[in-house]
Amino acid sequence: MSQVRVAVLAGGRSPEREVSLRSGHRVMTALVSRGLDAFVVDPADVPLVETLSAAMVSACYVALHGKEGEDGTVQRLLELLDLPYTGTRPLACQTSFDKVLAKETMGAAGVPTPPWAVIEATALRDLGAGALLHRLLDRVGLPAVVKPSRAGSAMGLTFVEREADLPHAVMNALSFAEAAIVERKVEGVEIAASMVGTSDDLLPLVEVVPKSGVFDYAARYTPGATEYHAPARLESEVADSCNTVAAHTFRAFQLRDVSRADLLVDAQGQPWVVDVNVSPGMTDTSLLPMAARAAGVGLAELCERILGFALARRT
Amino acid sequence: MAEFSVDPYADLYARRTSEMSASEVRALFAVAARPDVISLAGGMPFVQAIPPDHVLEILGAVLADRSDVALQYGAGQGPPALRERLAMLMAEEGTLADPEDMVVTAGAQQGLDLIGKVLVDPGDVVVVEAPAYVGALSAFSAYEPRFLQVDLDQDGMVVEQLEDALLRGVRPKFVYTVPNFHNPAGVTMSGPRREQLVALCREAHVPIVEDNPYGLLRFEGDVEPTLRSLDPTNVIYLGTVSKVFSPGVRVGWTVAEPGVLQRLILAKEASDLCGSNLTMLLTERYLTGATWRTTLARLVSLYASRRDAMLAALEEHFPQDASWNRPAGGFYVWIGLPDYLDAAAMLAAAVERRVAYVPGTAFYPDGRGIDRMRLAFCHPTEDRIAEGVKRLGELLADEEELYRSLSP
Repeated sequence: MSQVRVAVLAGGRSPEREVSLRSGHRVMTALVSRGLDAFVVDPADVPLVETLSAAMVSACYVALHGKEGEDGTVQRLLELLDLPYTGTRPLACQTSFDKVLAKETMGAAGVPTPPWAVIEATALRDLGAGALLHRLLDRVGLPAVVKPSRAGSAMGLTFVEREADLPHAVMNALSFAEAAIVERKVEGVEIAASMVGTSDDLLPLVEVVPKSGVFDYAARYTPGATEYHAPARLESEVADSCNTVAAHTFRAFQLRDVSRADLLVDAQGQPWVVDVNVSPGMTDTSLLPMAARAAGVGLAELCERILGFALARRT
Repeated sequence: MAEFSVDPYADLYARRTSEMSASEVRALFAVAARPDVISLAGGMPFVQAIPPDHVLEILGAVLADRSDVALQYGAGQGPPALRERLAMLMAEEGTLADPEDMVVTAGAQQGLDLIGKVLVDPGDVVVVEAPAYVGALSAFSAYEPRFLQVDLDQDGMVVEQLEDALLRGVRPKFVYTVPNFHNPAGVTMSGPRREQLVALCREAHVPIVEDNPYGLLRFEGDVEPTLRSLDPTNVIYLGTVSKVFSPGVRVGWTVAEPGVLQRLILAKEASDLCGSNLTMLLTERYLTGATWRTTLARLVSLYASRRDAMLAALEEHFPQDASWNRPAGGFYVWIGLPDYLDAAAMLAAAVERRVAYVPGTAFYPDGRGIDRMRLAFCHPTEDRIAEGVKRLGELLADEEELYRSLSP
């Protein structure tokens, strides 16, 4: 068998470019340490199609975050190029990344997710939706969290305690996307559930305890700003129900190879799914590698295993 | 396995690092650094105007004649011949300085850090302008001061506000100011204000830290006297060659009275032993002869044209209810937006439209500046400036429409 050549796709033009470059570099180093010929390709630096066609790669490891990398765009391109790649197929990427579609998918599949409402920029600009703003909160209740329909890493996210703060929060979210999701804020324990393989292959749950109380961008990417517990310090029934909900979520979205669901467990022990990621972060402070480590799987082995799923699909 | 620590040092960090954290705005700048984005954000000097052949020639000469010095450690204060050239730069603005009263630093930025180290204890009050140079805020922050911000108007620092604070019993360690072509506000302190500030501080025994990186980049109007020239004893002065030559050589300087100077030199030696002899000798030779003057004159006229391009584009593309000033030099135009707009929140949308700026909140430690943005005209070409301002103007129009639709 010829040497396996792997293009690690990382960087891109999304606001999560920096995080993705760090993820990509980690993955690349991990794969190289396992004897693979891996290199980073940044679609914002080189023409992607041309580069991948010329590079004679065996597979692509998708370490892009945010738009283009997680919304199915790059995956569609890779399908056209007949290149096996890690992670979920295009349509499922699209439904996971777009929070409007993701919320609908969860609603339809009976995945517990906090009540929500959607407001679109065009509806505000052209259809007078501003007059209905208070109705969003009637549906959702206070406190609420407002987030862009398409963005990651808690970017553009605002907590709203009073109705008067809603317009500003909506404008903030609409800076990142054409639609904003207004969602009931669940007070509780933040839990990350990860899968590597299929929805049956769950890693230990990770509990997230940001020192500031809010798991925002700074808490995510400043080492030391957040404490993690893996496995999570949950009662075993609560942990079981988190795992059941997570597996159900991964199945409902038809996720493949690697994914992470973000859950909040309320005071009654009820898990709520608030986000699904098809290309989870692989940086030093990222949750999925931490979950793997808790299961005794190091980063190199983890990346190789994920890549293995793509290689197995080679025709 | 119980607690999982991503960062084994998490419990060890000094309190002074508490403000040092990852930020969304910083992440957006990583995208804004892409060549397809017109960046009106960073204040990068247009070093393309510095003739590389000329620099190469000097560098060659430095290595040919003085490699034993250039490649060696040096004195913490910096080479005397360089300090003479730097004193000459100060004389260009009418300020007399003795090279003996000067320490050469790694850019003026290191000077700010050393001043913090030498003068600020945790909890001390440091007076800064509102808005203030963000790099000074970061440098001083490490020494855990309390910032007192004094507003700026078209004549610079509103000295009456400082006077009120002093009357209320506030005892600042020093007053930090950028009197010429302020970063980010673009304004220049008027002559009377300079007199007023210097007199007030002298009487109150509060030293002034005068940061003057842009003084020689004047497009129009008369040179105002530096604060240092008005009161050498009570003013610590910071200069840099970053804007007249290159930020890449990392050469700045601080002028202070002997007691302060001695401590600054000791602090500098503790920090890095000495500056780079190689770049210091290069700088000294660059500032000898006549080429630097013609190059600087060319740079100043280029920056002036770029400012004009920016002001014209603002006039054409920005909404009625936005405001801005006309800087007489330097790098920056400071924009006031309608108060319902949030420049930090808008940055993502701006980057999506391939244009970037610095949101105003960066320049206020107290959370103000939401409705402000800093635009730099120093680096992009006139065409790119016009296009960037146009893109921003369109964004602002859309944001205003969105806001109106949210408050019917």
